[in-house]
Amino acid sequence: MFNTASTTPEKILQMLAALLLFAAVLGVILFIAARFGGKRGDKVVAWLYLLPTVLLLAVGLVYPGLRTIYQSFFDAAGKTFIGLDNYTTIFSDNDQLTVLRNTVIWVVVVPFLATAIGLVYAILVDRSRFESVAKALIFLPMSISFVAASVIWKFMYEYRPDQGNVKQIGLINQIIVWLGGKPVQLLIESPLNTFLLIVVMIWIQAGFAMTILSAAIKAIPDDIIEAARLDGVNAWTMFRNITLPSVQPTVVVVLTTIGIATLKVFDIVRTMTGGQFKTSVVANEFYSQTFRADNQGLGAALAVLLFILVIPIVAYNIRTLRRSEAS
Amino acid sequence: MFGQSTSPRFRRAALAGTLSAGLVFSLAACGGDDSDSSASTDASASAIDCSPYTKFGDIKGKTVTIYTGIVTPEDTPHKESYKPFENCTGATIKYEGDKSFETQILVRAKAGNPPDLAIVPQPGLVKQLVATGKAKEAPAETAANVDKFWDKAWKAYTTIDGKFYGAPLGASVKSLVWYSPSEFKDSGYQVPTTLADLQALTDKIVADGKKPWCAGISSGDATGWPVTDWMEDFMLRTSDPETYDKWVNHQIPFNGPEATAALDAVGGYLKNDKYVNGGLGDVKSIATTTFQDAGLPITQGTCSLHRQASFYAANFDKGTKVAEDGDVFAFYLPGKDANTKPVLGAGEFVVAFADRPEVKAFQTYLSSDVWANTKAKLSSGWVTANKGLDPNNLTNPIDKLAGTILLDPKATFRFDGSDQMPAAVGSDAFWKQATAWITGQDTKTTLDNIEKAWPK
Repeated sequence: MFNTASTTPEKILQMLAALLLFAAVLGVILFIAARFGGKRGDKVVAWLYLLPTVLLLAVGLVYPGLRTIYQSFFDAAGKTFIGLDNYTTIFSDNDQLTVLRNTVIWVVVVPFLATAIGLVYAILVDRSRFESVAKALIFLPMSISFVAASVIWKFMYEYRPDQGNVKQIGLINQIIVWLGGKPVQLLIESPLNTFLLIVVMIWIQAGFAMTILSAAIKAIPDDIIEAARLDGVNAWTMFRNITLPSVQPTVVVVLTTIGIATLKVFDIVRTMTGGQFKTSVVANEFYSQTFRADNQGLGAALAVLLFILVIPIVAYNIRTLRRSEAS
Repeated sequence: MFGQSTSPRFRRAALAGTLSAGLVFSLAACGGDDSDSSASTDASASAIDCSPYTKFGDIKGKTVTIYTGIVTPEDTPHKESYKPFENCTGATIKYEGDKSFETQILVRAKAGNPPDLAIVPQPGLVKQLVATGKAKEAPAETAANVDKFWDKAWKAYTTIDGKFYGAPLGASVKSLVWYSPSEFKDSGYQVPTTLADLQALTDKIVADGKKPWCAGISSGDATGWPVTDWMEDFMLRTSDPETYDKWVNHQIPFNGPEATAALDAVGGYLKNDKYVNGGLGDVKSIATTTFQDAGLPITQGTCSLHRQASFYAANFDKGTKVAEDGDVFAFYLPGKDANTKPVLGAGEFVVAFADRPEVKAFQTYLSSDVWANTKAKLSSGWVTANKGLDPNNLTNPIDKLAGTILLDPKATFRFDGSDQMPAAVGSDAFWKQATAWITGQDTKTTLDNIEKAWPK
């Protein structure tokens, strides 16, 4: 039954068998748990319930993680130990340095711009007549997958030559032509192309920032706002001294969440340029080194780098969360 | 299928990513279309001489499984072409087509669950399969067929450590230039027969106020591969096939004078603003035009010449007539002179994982001229380098052209080189650097960077 099923009934049978197995394991755990009672029994039951999760985490997360770190010290074929050479490559090779530069640009630009746009938008539409429609409009891109969004924007940037009666089909180039310019191959010129890809990410993430921040703004107690109004503050002071401090923990959460998503960005780069024309980022480079260039060692080292870069953000995120829970 | 050459490895990689998602999926969802070929019609059930196959013993009622990446609709002619063998021997061939063949075959071989036979599209993958220790040497009868019907170069691709592992099956021709027969007739252009003629023709088209060539290399993260084909074609022409082999196997450096001459010769066409990019823009537009779209300007009259493999025929609109007297057709990318005819191409190989008599018998059938001719009559868009093939059995004009080029006694066939190079070069550095080269990087830097990427 562990062989590859080749016909549809066989596949269904195999799936049913797997489901039964799962139910059986759960049943055994529940059965054993039922054997224990009393105060000490509670602890045993808790551990038993945790067991499957711990096991799955160990097999699916901890082991592969350690294994990846181990692999990052080996060569392309994963056979010879080469120490820190893969890491040296990441920080010295020209192509890899471009990858790092791009990742830095992404991480600096996306979270701040997306959050800023989301925040300003949330404040502007707050309590306006068209609030729900306006919010839905900016939230819509969130529901589109990264790949689909990239395909849409690829059409936006599409280029057709300035030849005879060839017509532009990309919106941006059509606007350039209307303004009397010549069509530009937007996705080729570095570093402009990286910023054009970043636009796609912001387009998607601003809606997320807006929704969360809008909820936080609505949660600001009315009496504070009224008190401020009575003091006769202007809009800027209101934003600076009332709104921003009140939503500050939420802003941090939004910033860090988008920050982590940005570090892991892969789909946009892969769909729009395939990492060509100096647009590759760490996650994309990790993929192409591992699966295309067959360089397991360098791929693993890039994955570890990504992991290390995400850790401080996650740690900071958890700390803020704990602090806000404690207060 | 855009290239039996560069693409499958990339596809394989892409699939490996998805695959690692979980064992559950591979258990439940792999295997593709699977059917028993004896269920199909009897259209091709012409009788054949059975003696070469019954020699292996009585195999009536036995079953041979064959596993391939060839799926609907190309699988039908394959299954049909097995009928004569099934009818005369009484054996059954179980055909399994699977789009994720390239990853699955390695998984299955390593897991000890391989099919009896697999149709493998690259020599590199054959080597990987042999390295698993599960592949079986081809029987002497099959080897004899290959000696008889194929150019020596073919046998060498699957001969590993002196043992021969797989007979070639289908083939494709990459050394083709697409053109419009009516434009050639109206403007008085002649199909060139030497490289110098090609240059002269190009200049003549320029003099007529047109941009002769169109090209495009965009192909997702495999962007750049069409340049590798261009360069390999010119490596075969500015040097010779022997030098080409040394270059592919890294016995001479990737950035040596031979390679520099070849890439510069390509640059003479692709990086010349007077020559490109007909209907598509300037030189840089080659980098952003998909390879599928790159030859279409020929049908719109904005481009005259497009170098691409025989499979490109499928990219034209349904209404486009692909024939010598039609809307588009192709000519052989000429050699240095009319007598040297290097041919760049790709192909598939049949690798066995079992040595039961019925498997050996079927392997031998697939390597025979009988099978090649049966298959030719059944399919469109398919050729083989089997010399036993009568080109008149091929049904469509472009197949006939490809078949004639492959079977020309003066032709020297060479397998796509980037497909035989290590993945770090053949499906990474070569593509990336070729793309950078199109967007402005000079030849020396390009070749130096690829040489640097070659695994030590």
